Amino acid sequence: MKLPIYLDYNATTPTDPRVVETMMPYFTQTYGNAASRNHQFGWEAEKAVEKARDLLGETIGGSGREIVLTSGATESNNLAILGVADFYKEKGRHIITSPIEHKAVIDPCQALEQRGYEVTFLDVDADGCISLEQLEKSIRSDTVLVSLMAGNNEIGTLSPLEEIGKITRKNGVLFHTDATQAVGKIPVDVERMNIDLLSCTAHKMYGPKGMGALYVRRKRPRVRLSPIMFGGGHERGMRSGTLNVPGIVGFAKALELCRDEMESEAERQTALRERLHKRLRAALDHIKLNGHPTQRLPNNLNVSFGYVEGESLIMGTSDIAVSSGSACTSASLEPSYVLRALGVGDDLAHSSIRFGIGRFTTEEEIDYTADKMIFAVKRLREMSPLYEMAQEGIDLSTVQWAHH
Amino acid sequence: MAYSEKVIDHYNDPRNVGSFTKSDDQVGTGLVGAPECGDVMKLQIKVENEKIVDAKFKTFGCGSAIASSSLATEWVKGKTLDEALAIQNTEIVKELSLPPVKIHCSVLAEDAIKAAIQDYRKRQDASQESPAA
Repeated sequence: MKLPIYLDYNATTPTDPRVVETMMPYFTQTYGNAASRNHQFGWEAEKAVEKARDLLGETIGGSGREIVLTSGATESNNLAILGVADFYKEKGRHIITSPIEHKAVIDPCQALEQRGYEVTFLDVDADGCISLEQLEKSIRSDTVLVSLMAGNNEIGTLSPLEEIGKITRKNGVLFHTDATQAVGKIPVDVERMNIDLLSCTAHKMYGPKGMGALYVRRKRPRVRLSPIMFGGGHERGMRSGTLNVPGIVGFAKALELCRDEMESEAERQTALRERLHKRLRAALDHIKLNGHPTQRLPNNLNVSFGYVEGESLIMGTSDIAVSSGSACTSASLEPSYVLRALGVGDDLAHSSIRFGIGRFTTEEEIDYTADKMIFAVKRLREMSPLYEMAQEGIDLSTVQWAHH
Repeated sequence: MAYSEKVIDHYNDPRNVGSFTKSDDQVGTGLVGAPECGDVMKLQIKVENEKIVDAKFKTFGCGSAIASSSLATEWVKGKTLDEALAIQNTEIVKELSLPPVKIHCSVLAEDAIKAAIQDYRKRQDASQESPAA
């Protein structure tokens, strides 16, 4: 077993060597600009792009002609939300989303609020699930878009895409889903789920960074959007910019591999996730699972270790790469807004660790991780005044804390 | 985030972790911070003739918070109460090479020292006013 162990697959994944191999010729041999119409270099590049585009589109139940290639899911989300909002502004200026979306969805929505649009943030329950009833009730005559993520990047909770799609279709509003964490891991079908726009990215599925796609439905209904980048009119005018041919080819190869291995990988990773969770739970008290217990991404485990601060825990397990919802690890000083929206207290939000399992994770790594975490949690609880107080039977919520 | 060697050393080998009996007249306890802010420090001093003869801490917080409180217990030991009160958070920042985002950890440690001394003095005053029957 090699150290350090990478368990942050929800942040990014290594590029699969098979993907890199597929990309290589497109750097040095087939390097043409896919938009060059008058020579063979351009034609070959275009051919490779179109083949990749078809695979991307068809894998999610659509067609290649419905794929807009972008620089990543952030751009795809921005294009979907800002593009739809602008194009349909005469029809209405109301958008529905949730408070646990990725910032690449929340921030463009808030930017629209500044421009006079109205945004409804649906409630989420303690597991991170929205209420379909509230969604339907929130749709108004001026609602143009519902944007709800497929699988949450922090807590792993899955949205009921099919049920959401039924509601949006019935009410004649567009449905965008940020499926960054879901595509390649769980089945996603834009037809069956009535998805009108879908964002995804290559680097979460063992493809290269800087490569994403936005699915934009072409019929029943035909979705229109205004571009947010202007230039050469690439991607049917929706996204100008020279195509990243090696990235696109790698993206398609990555998705193809995920598709072919999806069933067995989902099963294997779910088993590893449950193994880790069970081991932690067997050895430690005051553990809280964040996110839905079963309706969650196969590869995501998010746990709060009560009375232990997340960053110090990460420091004590430095040969394991995980992520914390604690304030101190991120640029901001606030603990995770996702956990907060779920009603997790700030004390437990500061104690949360996200484990992201992936293609190259082994059982041996999971067992090592469990042992290391258990040891570190016990050691830190030995020096935690909060754990001491809890052991003495003091209810921490009744203590008068000196806030800073 | 990269930690300084001294922070890592205090984190791996914290000095004076533990607790004194709160009710002991010789003991002063400072509890500062809040769980929802991500750091809580408990610093205790044992005092003889206005001099701190021993100190213990427990901290919930990041590595820098643990290191700051561990260092604080080392520094107060052997000092008089007035000397300990003069310890500034900036000295902790310097000793541990804390980055700007971690300065609040040093502030908390300074507050913990002051709170422990205040608690000790308050309890001394109380016991002098109403000597144990």
